[in-house]
Amino acid sequence: MDTQHLTQVTDTQWRLAPQGPMRVPGILFGSQALIRDMDDKVREQLANVASLPGIVQAAYAMPDAHWGYGFPIGGVAAFDPEEGGVVSGGGVGFDISCGVRTLHTGLDRAAILAVQQELADALYYRVPVGLGSTGGIRLDDREMDAMLAGGARWAVSRGFGRPEDLGRIEEGGRMAGADPKQVSDQAKRRQRDEMGTLGSGNHYLEVQEVTRIHDDAIAAAFGLELGAVLVSIHCGSRGLGHQIGTDYLKRMVLAASQHGIRLPDRELACAPLNSDLGRAYLGAMRAGINCALANRQIITHLARQVFREVLGVDPTLLYDVSHNTCKLEEHVVEGRRRQLYIHRKGATRAFGPGHPDLPESLRAVGQPVLIGGTMGTASYILAGTVQSQELAFNSACHGAGRALSRHAATRRWQGRAVQNELAQRGILVRSPSPRGMAEEAPGAYKDVSEVVAATDRAGLARLVARLEPLVCIKG
Amino acid sequence: MPADQPRPLPAWEHFEHRADMGVAGFGASPAEAFEQAALALTAIICDPARVRPELAVAIDCEAPDLELLFVDWLNALVYEMAVRHLLFSRFRVRLEGSRLRGEAWGEPLDRVRHEPAVEVKGATYTALAVRQADDGTWSARCVVDV
Repeated sequence: MDTQHLTQVTDTQWRLAPQGPMRVPGILFGSQALIRDMDDKVREQLANVASLPGIVQAAYAMPDAHWGYGFPIGGVAAFDPEEGGVVSGGGVGFDISCGVRTLHTGLDRAAILAVQQELADALYYRVPVGLGSTGGIRLDDREMDAMLAGGARWAVSRGFGRPEDLGRIEEGGRMAGADPKQVSDQAKRRQRDEMGTLGSGNHYLEVQEVTRIHDDAIAAAFGLELGAVLVSIHCGSRGLGHQIGTDYLKRMVLAASQHGIRLPDRELACAPLNSDLGRAYLGAMRAGINCALANRQIITHLARQVFREVLGVDPTLLYDVSHNTCKLEEHVVEGRRRQLYIHRKGATRAFGPGHPDLPESLRAVGQPVLIGGTMGTASYILAGTVQSQELAFNSACHGAGRALSRHAATRRWQGRAVQNELAQRGILVRSPSPRGMAEEAPGAYKDVSEVVAATDRAGLARLVARLEPLVCIKG
Repeated sequence: MPADQPRPLPAWEHFEHRADMGVAGFGASPAEAFEQAALALTAIICDPARVRPELAVAIDCEAPDLELLFVDWLNALVYEMAVRHLLFSRFRVRLEGSRLRGEAWGEPLDRVRHEPAVEVKGATYTALAVRQADDGTWSARCVVDV
C-alpha cells in the first residue's frame, strides 16, 4: 500500500482521512513494513466500510489485514442501531465464528516426542479433516435446533466435554439471542453430517510447544510454562455458517435500496440493525456462532480421547476465541457509554484486565488472544489490554494473513516436499491433500512474528508466549 | 494471455486473489460463460478431468440480474456438492430472463482418486462481473471464498 494517502499517527498507527462518502476516518495498525506490504485493496475496502450508515468513530484494519470481500480481512467496525447503524453479512464473512481454542496437556516436549508418530496418526484418524470428511454425529431437526440455540453448552450437555470448559469460552459457550428459525433448511442440511469436522484450507489441529515466554506474570496466570505442550484447534461453523452467509448476502443485496442504503460494493451487503432483515440475520448469525462453538467442543472431545488413549492425560481448556463475528458490546465513546454492534472480520476480541465479561480467573490479567500461525512457523498467545478499548473497540489481529495466493503457492511448492521438509525439522504434518499442503506452505503466509510484534507495540494486545508446532493435522 | 489476442472459446481461468481465488468463464453467450466458470470452480477443488460425468443434478435459480444469477448458479453448485458429496465436471445452462435452469454432471467424491485440495465455502460478490466484450464474447467472473 502506498503510504502517501495515509497520515502516520504513531509508529504503528496510520490514519486515512475521511473523503468522499466516508463518514469516519480509517485507522490502520501495523509497522511501516506491514502497511507497505498490504494490498491497496485494503485501503479501498476500509474506505467503503467507513461509508456505511451508523458507523462509530472509525473503520479499523489490524496489522494482519488483507484484501477480503466487502470488509478487509482484519477489519473492525462498530455500528450504533440508534443512529441508523447496520449489520453486514459481508462484515462477518462466510465462516461465521471461525476461531481458535487452545488446551493445556500438562505434558512437556519429551513426552510428546516419545510417541510423536503414534499421536499424529491417532489424531489424524480420529478427527475428521479435509473435503468430504464427515463426522460421527447426525442431528435430527430437533437436535439441530437445540445445538444452534445452545452452542458448546449443548455439546457439553450431550457428553462432549465438561461443564468447567464453558467458563473458558467466549459468551460462556452459548451465544444468546440465536434464532434457529432464521437459519434456512439448506443451511441445516449442509451441516447434517459436518458436526465435529475440521474442514479444509487454513483450518488445523496442532500440538504445540511453548518455546518462549514474553510476559512471565500473565503467562503464569494463563498456566503457561516454557516447554509445556498445548493443543490448538482452528475451525469454524462449517457448511451451516457458509450457507447462512450465502443466504443473507443475497437477501441484503436485494433489500439494500428499499432500506435506502447505497452499497459501494455489493459484498458490503447490509441491513439496518433495527429492521426485520437485520434482526433475522443477527438471529441466524448467532446460531452460526453456536454451531462453531459446538463444533470446536466436539473436536476437543475427540482430541481428549486421543490424549487419554495415547498419553493418559486429559487436556484442560485455556480459552476459545472467535474471529468472524458481530457482537453487541458496551463501549465508552467520547465519555458516553454506548451499546454498539462490533463487526470483527478476521479480528479477535481482546478484552483487557477488569472487563466484566471475563471469568473471575482471567479478570486480573485480561483475555487470552489466540493467534494462529502456519504449520511451519509459530503461533502466539497474547492478552487483551485496557487501552485496546480506546484503540479499536477491544480488538486485535487474528493470524498471519496470506502473502501469496494459492496459485502462486502451488507454483512454488509441492505438498509432499513441504511435508518432508517439516518432518526433518521435527514437525509431523498429516493431511489428506498434497495440493492443500502446498497451498498452505509456511512461506505462503506473512511473518506472523512481525504481525504480533506490531499488535503488541500498538497496544492492541500484549505478547505473552510463542508456540511452535510438533504435530499438525491439516485440512 | 494478452488481452489483445482472441481467446479460443469456450474457456475458463482462475484469477489471483491473495486470500481466496477468482473464477472466470468465457463463451459465446452468458450461458456458456456460466458453464465454463463452473469448471473453474471445480478446478479449485481438483482436476476436472478426473471427475466422471456419471450422474446429473438439476439446478434452478432465479435472480433479478445476470450478475446475481451467476453468483446464485455457483452457490447452487457449492450447495449440491456439499450436501450430496459430489464433484461436477460437465455443465449445461439455459437462461430464460431472470431464471436459470441448468444441469451439472458428476460423481461422488473419492478422496483417493480426486485428491481434493480445498473446499469452497461460497461464491462472493467481490470482483463480480458478467460482461460482453466488443467482439461479442461473454465473460462471467467473481471471487470465491475458500
